[in-house]
Amino acid sequence: MIKIKIIVCIKQVPGTTEIKINPETNTLIREGIETVINAFDTYAIEEGVRLKERLLSNPETKEEVEVIAITMGPHQSESILREAISLGVDRAVLLSDRAFAGADTWATALTLQNAIKKFDDWRLVILGKQTLDGDTGQVGPELAQMFNIPFVGYASNILEINRTRMIVKRLMDDRYETFEIKLPAAISVGKEINIPRVPSLRGKLKAKNEQIPVWNKGELGLEDEKIGLSGSYTQVVKIFIPKTIHEVKMITGGPDEQAEELYGKLKELSIL
Amino acid sequence: MEIKVDESTCTGCSLCKNVCMYDAIDIVGKKAAINENCVFCGACIDICKFKSIEITGLSQGYKDFSQYKGVMVFIEQQPGSIADVSYELLSEGKKLADALGTELTGILLGYNLSQSYPEIFKYGTDRLYVIDNEIFENNLDDIYAKALVQVIHRFKPDIFLAGATGFGRTLIPKVAAIIKTGLTADCTSLAIDPEKKILLQTRPTFGGNVLATIITRNARPQMATVRPHVMEKKQIDVKPGEGGSNGKPDVDIAKHAESISLGGPDSNICKSGEDYNGRVEYIELDISNFKTKYKLIATEKETGQSINLTDYDVIVSGGRGIGGPENFGLLKELADALGGVVGASRAAVDSNWISYPHQVGQTGKTVNPKAYIACGISGAIQHLAGMQTSDIIIAINKDPDAPIFKVANYGIVGDLFEIIPKLIKRIKYGNNLIQN
Repeated sequence: MIKIKIIVCIKQVPGTTEIKINPETNTLIREGIETVINAFDTYAIEEGVRLKERLLSNPETKEEVEVIAITMGPHQSESILREAISLGVDRAVLLSDRAFAGADTWATALTLQNAIKKFDDWRLVILGKQTLDGDTGQVGPELAQMFNIPFVGYASNILEINRTRMIVKRLMDDRYETFEIKLPAAISVGKEINIPRVPSLRGKLKAKNEQIPVWNKGELGLEDEKIGLSGSYTQVVKIFIPKTIHEVKMITGGPDEQAEELYGKLKELSIL
Repeated sequence: MEIKVDESTCTGCSLCKNVCMYDAIDIVGKKAAINENCVFCGACIDICKFKSIEITGLSQGYKDFSQYKGVMVFIEQQPGSIADVSYELLSEGKKLADALGTELTGILLGYNLSQSYPEIFKYGTDRLYVIDNEIFENNLDDIYAKALVQVIHRFKPDIFLAGATGFGRTLIPKVAAIIKTGLTADCTSLAIDPEKKILLQTRPTFGGNVLATIITRNARPQMATVRPHVMEKKQIDVKPGEGGSNGKPDVDIAKHAESISLGGPDSNICKSGEDYNGRVEYIELDISNFKTKYKLIATEKETGQSINLTDYDVIVSGGRGIGGPENFGLLKELADALGGVVGASRAAVDSNWISYPHQVGQTGKTVNPKAYIACGISGAIQHLAGMQTSDIIIAINKDPDAPIFKVANYGIVGDLFEIIPKLIKRIKYGNNLIQN
């Protein structure tokens, strides 16, 4: 039987702790900014690897699974794919082309869709629930819609899975919902779903030696007007750093005075 | 498509390099050089004093969108009530509709809906489309998406707004993908460009450090989602006899009187003889192709208290300084006294002191309450990203240099275990703490 494929979509983002604003010029201080795997995508990688282990060890399914990580980005994004391999992903593909730049969520989803189409017998796409830089959470549902497959966002637990169907629980704002869906499908995950492992030594070695193919627009059969900024329905027209005129009022004195003044403030601000 | 630097005018001043968020500009031989990191965000073009940078080859093909009119708001219905964010969006939508001189409509989907929607018209809704059908019973994304697509195709709104709730954030991208139009997530400000009459959608990015204004350039409707509590809920004024904001005749009022009749304790603005204009229209859908791909097996409330942080006006949050899970009881007591809810930093959640749905910050919830009280939270940037747009921030921390004080309106350097019990006592028993 053909191996089932699980596709994990990941993104390289700036390690945002490092982003600081120069208060004089009101510009970003970029020094020392590292790029890392988007935090939520590490849960997506882990879930892909866990499902592989689970499907193989289940005597009823005994499915062989291949976990494939893909990312769209500049050439340097290759490093996060190597990291994904060190975490247990079987192989990875980098989607990189100058023409992909400036893609909005639509053009990103379309590019990912065309890459995923090239694999046969993929049954599940796993994404992080949102990226930390763009923070939209839109690529997952848009991608699923392009394939016309079910999408379950904020998945918190995969209760059952086999080649053709899964039972998955998702966290909405104030409730959990459990769905049965047919595969192929796509899910997005956050930190509720698992605790990611650390890379194994074997994984690190594999990651170092792995050849990572790069697919460009030609390989994806995509024309210029479908990708990057040209293929985007939205466009950034202005990007700016909000001016913060901020002053903190310190409430001083002993605990009694502080509590009393805070009480007064809460009254004054109609919070009480 | 290409981005080019005109080397004859570029002075190598580095302004563009400094403003670039993607490390995409190097200064080589006193000229800016743009590398492959560039995502065409245009920040460098904006800041360049010499107009030396330009994006070329982007088709600006003119499309006729004149048949798209009006502002439509997706009214999100939760069992028994309408999500507050819908009223916030109607208020915002009203401003946009007025700026465009157009109509504000709402679309409400559900099963066994209430027969009257007085609240919806208090925010300036001209027309409310309602589809009441059992297919909406389980709030299934794909059924909702198909229905909204039909509605949009039929009424062709120029602008479509929805709340960035858990449901909205899954549903609306599907709608945009089927319609083939742009969607901007989590906008914090919406405005109409006075010349081009297009929607300017501003949203935070890079963890809230940067704002980006986005347009939908070649498709309609212009779709945007907005998080709860970001926009202000504002009822419109109704003057006697006018019966509505745009002076339309009240012909539909009589016909739909039962649907829009006002009354009860909420009608404080609406005295006798006045009324809000607006009409309810029940519409039919072609549901022949409405097969769902989802089978809902179970729905369960989050155990314990309801924990949708964005539903509350006051959040009392605890971080590492709380010391342990047992001390969240103290915060809960304060939160209860203020009619609020308990939040937490990632540090507290990662230590298993409190469950994940309480987490505020970049990897948790983004909240905008009226008051955010941060207790023993140092204020890592990821946390700030999730709460810095709160109306009032009060921080209590032992460390005077804690970054939380940089975003706080009121700061207290002190021991929260002394101050908070005193505050709770003060609220509950009302005795002035300072005896003169």
